Amino acid sequence: MWAFFHKLGSPRWFYGIAARLAPWCWGLALALIVVGSVWGLAFAPSDYQQGNSFRIIYVHVPAAFLAQSIFIALAASGFVFMVWKVKIADMAAAMMAPLGAAMTAIALLSGSVWGKPTWGTWWQWDARLTSMLILLFLYVGVMLIRRAFPRPLSGSKAASVLAMVGVINIPIIKYSVEWWNTLHQPASFTLTERPAMPTEMWLPLLIMVLGFYAFFAAFTLTRTRTEILRREGSKRWVKELFKEDA
Amino acid sequence: MSACSTDVEPAVVAVKEAGAGLGMALWATFQRDLVGVARRPADALTPLVFFAMVITLFPLGISPEPERLAWIAPGVLWVAALLSALLSLDGLFRADYEDGTLEQLLLAPHPLSLLVVAKVLVHWLTTGLPLALMAPLLGVLLALPQGSYLALSVTLAVGSGCISLIGAIGAGLTVGLARGGMLLSLLVLPLFMPVLIFGTGAMGAALSGGEWLPHLAVIGAMLALALASAPLAIAASLRISVHG
Repeated sequence: MWAFFHKLGSPRWFYGIAARLAPWCWGLALALIVVGSVWGLAFAPSDYQQGNSFRIIYVHVPAAFLAQSIFIALAASGFVFMVWKVKIADMAAAMMAPLGAAMTAIALLSGSVWGKPTWGTWWQWDARLTSMLILLFLYVGVMLIRRAFPRPLSGSKAASVLAMVGVINIPIIKYSVEWWNTLHQPASFTLTERPAMPTEMWLPLLIMVLGFYAFFAAFTLTRTRTEILRREGSKRWVKELFKEDA
Repeated sequence: MSACSTDVEPAVVAVKEAGAGLGMALWATFQRDLVGVARRPADALTPLVFFAMVITLFPLGISPEPERLAWIAPGVLWVAALLSALLSLDGLFRADYEDGTLEQLLLAPHPLSLLVVAKVLVHWLTTGLPLALMAPLLGVLLALPQGSYLALSVTLAVGSGCISLIGAIGAGLTVGLARGGMLLSLLVLPLFMPVLIFGTGAMGAALSGGEWLPHLAVIGAMLALALASAPLAIAASLRISVHG
């Protein structure tokens, strides 16, 4: 067990195992997203209140799931990197952060596109929207601090510390924003309390969520491989790898 | 205080003394920072003047009518306090970073995470606390209704403790960067938002005749959490900035 983790921490070993895993993840992601979106967009019944505009949840909800999961993954990677000095964890974190920020932005944008026909407004200072916006700011901070340092290693450590600080604050921000919102505007709209969805509605949603997670795994594996080559370019094993190929 | 010794010496000498305990090191750090502020009072006054100026902008920008001002006063006072904290946080470790004091603190045989608490405490005593004491005066200028002045001062005093602690993490991370101040504000403002929410919540409760102490209790809980966890992050961030 420990040997496995030890190996996983070595860029060379990870490079190999990621190469074998990535195609499966990409295939799974593609299959799930195609099935989920065709089912969700074309075959699922339309909502009796919202009509067809509800179908945006097939993008919105998975993106929001990933936006939050990726920040937790960033903090976990930061912890592994700071405590055990596992370089792979930091390389993966560097690759995950832009995807997380993009997912947060997609969740916000798709939410506001959905909000226009449903609520009649592009933006509401709803608790979820507000805490999602703050999450986007946290992502931006983590991405900026990584690039701010002249030495890449300092940037990696700084981003790790900030991700860990951010993840402790996320629940505090979430609850205080929810509390703030209920105080200021009682019961305007609730995203959460929709009537229980029929199976043919939530099953494609579940498939989409799984598809997005598979995409996240595939994307991180592939990009981390590239990052390994970029950072370890001067190592012997990388040079040998490309000598054989040539 | 002697006139011609450099700033670094008292703390370092105290720390190096044989058998110097942790308490002595903390006291020396605290004293040294306090002396540093006393010798350059302009640095401590700038955030206060900035606070007053930002407050002045709002009547000019929105309306001089007392009713409207009273409506926005709690939020404006709190937001201005956060912005002025950013201004002072930028300089929290900068002078120590430039003259090598931080390296001495890192070398000291005491946990850095405790020594920084002394530094943050001085920061709070010289920026947060004066600001909390000054805020009611500016509240009068904004026609803040009676009955909320105590809430304003007390919540600002406790809240600015949180802000000093959380902000010091960002200050530690950005101290070695060329344009760290800009980045600092992006990093720490999202983390300040819960304090703002409960600070203005307390004001709202006090203004509507409700109980504001529960809000203060939440801010106090945040302060307790920050006091327990932020020093570790501050120490880690200073190590990154000094050693890389």
